[in-house]
Amino acid sequence: MTPGLEVSGGETMLFWVLAPLMVLAALGLLFVRRAVHAAMCLVFVMISLAIMYVAQEAPFLGVVQVVVYTGAVMMLFLFVLMLVGVDASDSLTETIKGQRWIGVLLGLGFAVVLTGVVAQATFQSPVGLESANAVTNPVALARVLFGDYVLAMEAVGVLLVTAATGALVLTHRRQLTTRRTQRTTADARVRALTEGVSLTPLPAPGVYAQNNAMDTPALDPAGRPVPESVPRVLRIRGQERSVTALLDAEAAIVGTDTSGDAVGPPAGLPAGQDPDSTPTLPAREA
Amino acid sequence: MENVIGLAPWLVGFPLLGAAVLLLGGRATDRWGHWLGVAASTAAAVTGFVLLFAMISTPAEERVVDHHLWTWLSAGGLDVDLGVRLDPLSMTFVMLVTFVGTLIHVYSVAYMAHDPHRRRFFAYLNLFVAAMLTLVLADSYLLLFVGWEGVGLASYLLIGFWDHKRPNAVAAKKAFVMNRVGDMGLIAAMALIFANVGSVQFADVLPAAAGELSGVGASTATWTAVALCLLLAACGKSAQFPLQAWLGDAMAGPTPVSALIHAATMVTAGVYLMVRSAPILEAAPTAQLVVVCVGAVTLIFGAVVGCAKDDIKKALAASTMSQIGYMMLAAGLGPVGYGFAIFHLLTHGFFKAGLFLGAGSVMHGMDDEVDMRRFGGLSRFLPVTWITMGLGWLAILGVFPFSGFWSKDGIIETAFVPVDGQPWRAWLFGSVALVGAAITAFYMSRLFFMTFGGQRRWDDDHHPHESPALMTVPMIILAIGSVALGGLLAVGGTFTTWLEPVTGHAEHGEPVIPFWPLVILTHVLVIGAALLAFRQYAVSRVPVTAPRGSLLTRAARRDLFQDATNETLVMLPGQVLTRSLVYGDKAVVDGGWLGLGATVTQVGEKVRGMQNGYARSYAAMILTGVLVIAGVAGIAAAVSQ
Amino acid sequence: MEITNYAVLACILFAIGATTVLLRRNAIVVFMGVELMLNATNLAFVTFARVHGDVTGQVLAFFVMVVAAAEVVVGLAIIVTIFRTRRSASVDDVNLLKG
Repeated sequence: MTPGLEVSGGETMLFWVLAPLMVLAALGLLFVRRAVHAAMCLVFVMISLAIMYVAQEAPFLGVVQVVVYTGAVMMLFLFVLMLVGVDASDSLTETIKGQRWIGVLLGLGFAVVLTGVVAQATFQSPVGLESANAVTNPVALARVLFGDYVLAMEAVGVLLVTAATGALVLTHRRQLTTRRTQRTTADARVRALTEGVSLTPLPAPGVYAQNNAMDTPALDPAGRPVPESVPRVLRIRGQERSVTALLDAEAAIVGTDTSGDAVGPPAGLPAGQDPDSTPTLPAREA
Repeated sequence: MENVIGLAPWLVGFPLLGAAVLLLGGRATDRWGHWLGVAASTAAAVTGFVLLFAMISTPAEERVVDHHLWTWLSAGGLDVDLGVRLDPLSMTFVMLVTFVGTLIHVYSVAYMAHDPHRRRFFAYLNLFVAAMLTLVLADSYLLLFVGWEGVGLASYLLIGFWDHKRPNAVAAKKAFVMNRVGDMGLIAAMALIFANVGSVQFADVLPAAAGELSGVGASTATWTAVALCLLLAACGKSAQFPLQAWLGDAMAGPTPVSALIHAATMVTAGVYLMVRSAPILEAAPTAQLVVVCVGAVTLIFGAVVGCAKDDIKKALAASTMSQIGYMMLAAGLGPVGYGFAIFHLLTHGFFKAGLFLGAGSVMHGMDDEVDMRRFGGLSRFLPVTWITMGLGWLAILGVFPFSGFWSKDGIIETAFVPVDGQPWRAWLFGSVALVGAAITAFYMSRLFFMTFGGQRRWDDDHHPHESPALMTVPMIILAIGSVALGGLLAVGGTFTTWLEPVTGHAEHGEPVIPFWPLVILTHVLVIGAALLAFRQYAVSRVPVTAPRGSLLTRAARRDLFQDATNETLVMLPGQVLTRSLVYGDKAVVDGGWLGLGATVTQVGEKVRGMQNGYARSYAAMILTGVLVIAGVAGIAAAVSQ
Repeated sequence: MEITNYAVLACILFAIGATTVLLRRNAIVVFMGVELMLNATNLAFVTFARVHGDVTGQVLAFFVMVVAAAEVVVGLAIIVTIFRTRRSASVDDVNLLKG
């Protein structure tokens, strides 16, 4: 290495600490199953790259890297991941025959060839950016950017606007039905009265002295449980608890057997529920 | 002469008009169309007579008249005037064509009475006559060529008149194609003449060939080439060796057509061309020898074939070939020969027309039977036909004092005259002509006796009967011509003198055998051959099925292998060539392109599997490409270091 | 340490990114692989800018970032659209266009 530029010991250490970690993180992209984890790996690589940029006399790019990539691009990725499903993960079976081996082979071969080419090539002795960065790095960049590359700069600006518009257009959904206003919603509910839909808001799920949970149905004035009061998701998942089960559980805690108190399951109701009985909730003792 | 020359175009005009009316008029003219045809032909004949008398009353030296009609085409150096040349030669042909043609027209009215397309037949007959008259009246080779092609067309239409029968259509095609070979000769000759003389008018070309024009002319070699090309044309049209093969098959046409082709039109055109181009022939002695040889070969060829044919029309066709051979022989013998060639052509036109019409009459009476082995003893049933054909038979034999004697004997005598002091030629061609006369006598007598003499060999289904007057009257007129025409025109050399304005005067040389012994020798041979035929075909029984016969007989029955020769030498190579071209086209050209297409398709079928819809596969391919490029670049860099 | 180490690192990161594109089926992860490749080239740009003492390399890296940002926006929009219609983010499920 000619005396043009000497890599400092600090930078060397930085490189050797960061580089293996970056490679590991990058490999994480290949091996972790969940997309969120992959995104976290990528974020690590990108921040490490930002540090390297700063170390390589490109502080402006380092900042942009953090702002644009880690800040914007990766956030966008995470948003989309949320949209698509956080826990969406690949199935491990390969659908294309031989693709796994081809991929591994090509990746390895590519790494070897590129590294080989880089290792083979003779580079001039590094000059360093001290003189170029004499007016500070952002100013130097700006001079080139708005000097030699001003046209490309403008074209890229147009490209960005186009991309943003394109994304809007792509994700836009056409209004296929008439817009739902408050009035139409109210009218619909009134009209649905005949079908047994209540006009009023549904009661909140059960609130008991001891057990206050979303998964327990509320009781109507007659003391019967109202299944609709439990959130739909819980009902679908089958996580709701019946009133009887609740009472049983309570009895177990309190030590009083309430099951015998004329609480029998009437016909037409889910097992373990007695609509006629007014479940008298025992007073809480101690 | 000048005051009536304006009529000359009407010689062509009448029959052409008749043909046009009959062809364009369609069925509307069916009822009276045949009489219109006869009328058109008769009008031409009457016009011919008027012109003939006008010519006779003109002094001999003023008898050659070129009548300019209009300028036909003027292209660069080629100026062709359309006009009429009327001289004793064309006058002779006009009379033969119109007179014999008219008789044949009349005969056809009865002969074709039951044919549903009689009107069309007469249209073609008129066209035939018009074309032939154009040919003989033309004042340039180009106009002659128009008539020449017209004759070819009309003969094609008439030979194939009953073209619903495949052999007839094939025969017509054969005649047409073989005539085209000859036509190529005429075209080549015209091109040569134009290239060397700068004109195709007879008035320019013939004096140039005779060396009468200073500054215009060509070498002997050129004139030889021109003459040989003309000879090729004449061979095609006149069915001379080696283009003779179409004539026998042309018998497929109705019998009046055969009579017309053989007597008045078509086959005489070749002889006309030779005599018309006489100065060219004289400028090329080698070509003259070739003409004589062709004539000699054909005359023997036809005679030999005629001896073996059992089909009455085909025997007559072979006879025509042989007789035209005589004319060609004479045409090649120089100025004296021309006279006898045309004279023989004239007399032959009469007796051959008579013989053909007689044959037609026999067929008419025998329900279109043509096999002579199934005739025999018909003289009792068809007396008029018998007598008229008998007179024609004596005429063609050349028996004194019938027509044929005067013309044919003249040819034989001329053949015995040494040319250029070469006695071998006199002996050779004289003997050929003499032997030919003997063979002619044999086969014509064979034909005559097999038909009319001996025992009846037809079965009871046939009811031979004499033909109606419309048919017999023309036959009688032709028979009278066969008897008397020769004598009338020959006495005192009338006819030769008549032709002198065209052929030039020539002193008759001294034959190697004196005149009277030659006449006697000829008669002895002819009568001997006739007696031989009489003994064999009239006295002894003729088997109904032909015996196997000698090698020569079998060869002659197959026309001395003319078709086999043509097929082997011309047709087969052509077929092989076309077949190989077709095969080559299919295998190499089509196969190449189709194979290319199939290959591309198959490669596409294989390759399209690569487009499997998985973007990751495509990415792998891209990466492979990048890898290869990077690898190559790396290796190149490593090597260059 | 030689400065080419950075270049070698860039090569390795690029290869890993490419392999990710080849092996992962989740469209979002595939996209991350693409981003990784772009970042690797950026690293190479910055390194060579330093070698040559010329900030043009950094300018180009800047352009790459901008274009990458635009590309991500559109690409993710496409992924979202596909997900809406097919309920899947797998790149292998979108394989109807084939020979």
